[in-house]
Amino acid sequence: MPLFWLVLIVLGLAVAGYVAGRGRALRLAGGDSRVLHSLPSYYGAHVALLTLVPAFAILCLWVLIQPLVIENRISAKLPETAIAESSTRALVMSDVRRVAEGLDVAVAAGAMTADEAAHMRSELTDVRNRLGAVGVALGSDVGPEVLRAAQAYRALAARGHLAMTLVVLTAALGGAGLGIARSRADFRARNVVETAVRYLLIFAATVAILTTIGIVLSLVFNTIEFFKLYPARDFFFGTTWAPSFGGGSELGILPLLWGTFYISLIALAVAVPIGLFAAVYLSEYASGHTRAIAKPLIEVLAGIPTIVYGLFALLTVGPLLIRVFGADGVGIMQAGTAVMTAGLVMGIMLIPFVSSLSDDIINAVPQSMRDGSLGLGATRSETVKQVVLPAALPGIVGAILLAASRAIGETMIVVLGAGAAARLSMNPFDAMTTVTAKIVSQLTGDADFASPEALVAFALGMTLFVITLGLNVFALYIVRKYREQYE
Amino acid sequence: MTDATIPAATGATGSLLEPDARTRRRNAAEARFRLYGLIAVGIGLFFLAALMISIFMNGAGAFQQTAYTLPIEFRQDVLDKNGTGDIETIKSVKTFAYKPLIREAILREIYRLDIETPLAGAKVKGFSSDLDNLFSDGAPATLRDMVLSDPGLIGQTVTVKLIASSRVDGYLKGRVSRESIARDKNLDAVHLDLVDELRAAGVVAKGFNLAFITGPDASDARPEQAGMGVAMLGSFFMMLVVLLLSLPIGVAASIYLEEFAPKNRITDLIEVNISNLAAVPSIVFGILGLAVFIQVMHLPQSAPLVGGLVLTLMTLPTIIISTRASLKSVPPSIRDAALGVGASKMQAVFHHVLPLAMPGILTGTIIGLAQALGETAPLLLIGMVGYIASNYPDGVASGFLDPNSAMPAQIFEWAKRADPAFYERAWGGIIILLVFLMTMNIIAILLRRRFERRW
Repeated sequence: MPLFWLVLIVLGLAVAGYVAGRGRALRLAGGDSRVLHSLPSYYGAHVALLTLVPAFAILCLWVLIQPLVIENRISAKLPETAIAESSTRALVMSDVRRVAEGLDVAVAAGAMTADEAAHMRSELTDVRNRLGAVGVALGSDVGPEVLRAAQAYRALAARGHLAMTLVVLTAALGGAGLGIARSRADFRARNVVETAVRYLLIFAATVAILTTIGIVLSLVFNTIEFFKLYPARDFFFGTTWAPSFGGGSELGILPLLWGTFYISLIALAVAVPIGLFAAVYLSEYASGHTRAIAKPLIEVLAGIPTIVYGLFALLTVGPLLIRVFGADGVGIMQAGTAVMTAGLVMGIMLIPFVSSLSDDIINAVPQSMRDGSLGLGATRSETVKQVVLPAALPGIVGAILLAASRAIGETMIVVLGAGAAARLSMNPFDAMTTVTAKIVSQLTGDADFASPEALVAFALGMTLFVITLGLNVFALYIVRKYREQYE
Repeated sequence: MTDATIPAATGATGSLLEPDARTRRRNAAEARFRLYGLIAVGIGLFFLAALMISIFMNGAGAFQQTAYTLPIEFRQDVLDKNGTGDIETIKSVKTFAYKPLIREAILREIYRLDIETPLAGAKVKGFSSDLDNLFSDGAPATLRDMVLSDPGLIGQTVTVKLIASSRVDGYLKGRVSRESIARDKNLDAVHLDLVDELRAAGVVAKGFNLAFITGPDASDARPEQAGMGVAMLGSFFMMLVVLLLSLPIGVAASIYLEEFAPKNRITDLIEVNISNLAAVPSIVFGILGLAVFIQVMHLPQSAPLVGGLVLTLMTLPTIIISTRASLKSVPPSIRDAALGVGASKMQAVFHHVLPLAMPGILTGTIIGLAQALGETAPLLLIGMVGYIASNYPDGVASGFLDPNSAMPAQIFEWAKRADPAFYERAWGGIIILLVFLMTMNIIAILLRRRFERRW
């Protein structure tokens, strides 16, 4: 039974349970809802919750865990001989999975009977061709071990699926039965339902925590895996970045970090003065009318997807810079993709970020401080420079740090605008590359996940995560502390 | 504060009405400072204008497509040698066999219009000739599809619109010039002369390019046929996943944190965690998706389902933050009144607070969705780039599970390809994407205007 139908049946059972629970409670109360402890709908909801929650919890867990169990079982059964030289168990297992899926497709398409798929021998049939006929392309011929493993995989999966269906349906029916049996007039249905809903709410709130744990675990495990294959010292202190998928790569992070910081620096050099002056002007000088038009317009820049900025860097800003600084102009720029290109465009992207954060912070400075300064005869600019900005400084520093963390984590602009060469250079018109750009390039190739060239992306991701997290925590701490100061 | 008058200034310091040097300097500094602010705002607006102009100047071309209007004779001796009308025989005729039909048609036009061109006498080598470069590689396939869907066409002469090759298209749009094709081996100045004549005669013209909006992507060789339609569906299914998951989870989490959570260390941890998650670089969510959904759970690569899950995790903090803000803005008197007439805490929240906070929640959700719609980086890692989205999903399940692209991923894909004709498509794709984003934001603003209540 497909998953979809199983879900629908459980949902149907829940609806039926709702009606039955509500009806039974009312009937036992003699049709007078005043006799009931709770409103009739709570009795129904109680049954529906008992039907749905355990069944769906089991379903989700089963769907997540079953592949892992099957994988381990089959993998353990796979004989050493099935793993060819220059291959790994993980690769063979992915073959097994693909063959198993192929057999499923073939059976579904009617090209094979279920019996045939379960007992076919690779010595007798050309599995690759037969699967190819139904549109499943396999990279190589299927060995007898792989085919047998695939058949075992299918058998286990089918058995698991059947067991799951039975268990889930039993849980749903059992829950419904229990709920209906408990639906008596003096049953405190509302309290039970509210407690259950409360736990559901708590569960939803923990999704955020689970996400963080997921991020940390997926980074940590793969990073450890990477450091087993490649020394951590060479990674953190190496000055050459030269991955080659044939092996013998040099994977030093320093050139990437340098590129990242250089580009972020240029971006901040563009965004901070413009954003800050714009915020000061809009909050201290501009008339209400100007502010109502200019502020949302500048904030439009923040709503534009980064891919648009990336394209803008690659196709508009790059060629423009080349015309000025390229071979026909100053002659210090070789290609349109360069640190300057990416930095400039990233700066544009960050302007609204800096300006609206600073705007909030400047507005939070109490008016009495301005009035005091103006009353002493200071001009407005003197008030801003000597009273408002110093008072707002910690918050503004926080805003700039948040912007910096944005710049460091930005991907699309550097992938399209900064070039691909990892180098340590001072010339802002050279092509350089960043941590994020290399994560993308190392993980989008066809390399298998076990090679250091692919795993390095996780170590890069870990570095990126730690840097941005540090900046964020620090910045949020500053901003929050500052806000409390005037509240 | 005092009634005492200021003693008259001694010494000749001049009139009060005439500012002294120091005052003038200070006033000048004031004016300068003000000007800097104005310039900064101006630069911000200038960048916005430059970005928009650059998008529309470069992208408008994608919505037009050059096409030839030619009477094609579907010759029976080529398409159905036995004349039996048997569909299998017709199917056995390969696409390139349709090329001569197009060639004959264009030659007929050349003779009819009496155009002098060396191409008319060009040698035909096998199935290809110099004239073929005027047409898209997809043109013969268009004819074949027509014949396969209606075999009755064989033997007739029908006027058909056939799309031009990307070079000819670029020439009509001003992207390709005689100088720029000097080193091009596909197209010569001779071709362009012929195109000029044909254009004067109305055989070739630009028209609205509906296929760009609804059509599938095409391979590297056929930029003139690339469209956004399939990627749009991919984005649609992804947004469906994001909406169905992030709205309930986000609202539930916010209700708990705002209304029920006790003030303790765990709640604090969750709160700090959410504000930090909102600032984690999007690419890190891509790594999470790759490691958890693809490596561990073996969900299909490039599937909108996986993309949707990753974007859900990314959007959740945004939705939670805005939902909490709108829950907070519902005054406590509402809760107190509900509790006062005997509602339980849960009833007070679900029956009274939540409905009143709904406009704010929806606004926040739409803005979160708009953000997710434009996000590219995590999609790169779960394989939604590099995939040619050439097939429409055939059903809801396959829409979620079959490999697909998404709008921003499709734009990135085009930006990476070498042919400048794809750049025009990329800009055009951005226009479509921005139209979607703008619509969503306008809806959010209208919702806020219409339903927002000030207490």
